[in-house]
Amino acid sequence: MSLNLDKTFALPAAALQLRAQRTKLLAENLANADTPNYKARDIDFKSAMRQALGQQQPLRTTRPLHLQPPGHEPLNPKVLFRQPYAAALDGNSVESHVEQAAFAENAVSYQATLTFLGARIQGLMGALRGD
Amino acid sequence: MSLFKIFEVAGSAMSAQTLRLNTTASNLANAETVAGSPEQAYKARQPVFAAALKAQQGLQQTVPVQIKGIIESQAPNTPLYMPNHPEADADGYVYRSNVNPVEELVNMISASRSYQNNVEVMNTSKELLLQTLRLGS
Repeated sequence: MSLNLDKTFALPAAALQLRAQRTKLLAENLANADTPNYKARDIDFKSAMRQALGQQQPLRTTRPLHLQPPGHEPLNPKVLFRQPYAAALDGNSVESHVEQAAFAENAVSYQATLTFLGARIQGLMGALRGD
Repeated sequence: MSLFKIFEVAGSAMSAQTLRLNTTASNLANAETVAGSPEQAYKARQPVFAAALKAQQGLQQTVPVQIKGIIESQAPNTPLYMPNHPEADADGYVYRSNVNPVEELVNMISASRSYQNNVEVMNTSKELLLQTLRLGS
């Protein structure tokens, strides 16, 4: 049996980083809810996650001397502008209720990912201790 | 860690909303003041917010709220005929402040709601950070 810690933690680690970045973006949207001409921004979590996991696929090696790139590339999801339902006259596209809902959803998902990661660590620790 | 930057962002928004509450308070306090000429009469003050883009690339940049300045309302000051008022001009008029109390009250509610929003954001981020720190224990 081979245990690859990188692989075990790759998914929740990438998810946590993306969730943290999304939390920051949504917090900026809420902070700038009264700023004229500010445009609300967000990331598409699903496609960002797919992109992040795609990055971690190993490169195909055709010769024994071929090397794998060291470490993983930093996550760099595409930041998109939100399409407002009813834009304000001052050019601000933040809709507080939409942002609040997205922020709450994102925070709960972050906590869920943390729980999954914690359970995985607990499981590994249990296996290591053997009790 | 992007969660740490939320404190800066939410903090800037909270100070901006505090300034908005402050100007509202001074506007409401001076709503009934009168002066001898339209130039001397109190003018309603409003802060101007702007998004402060930090010169960094991509997602690393933060967008806190910046206070551009405070503008004075250009609405006309209503003249009131009060010949016995010590401040009255030669024609017996005094000029009332151009504060619209209804507008100010709405402004106050909006500012306090925005402030609460940012407090919630900060609290949630703090919780998430603390839970991340406790991870694996």
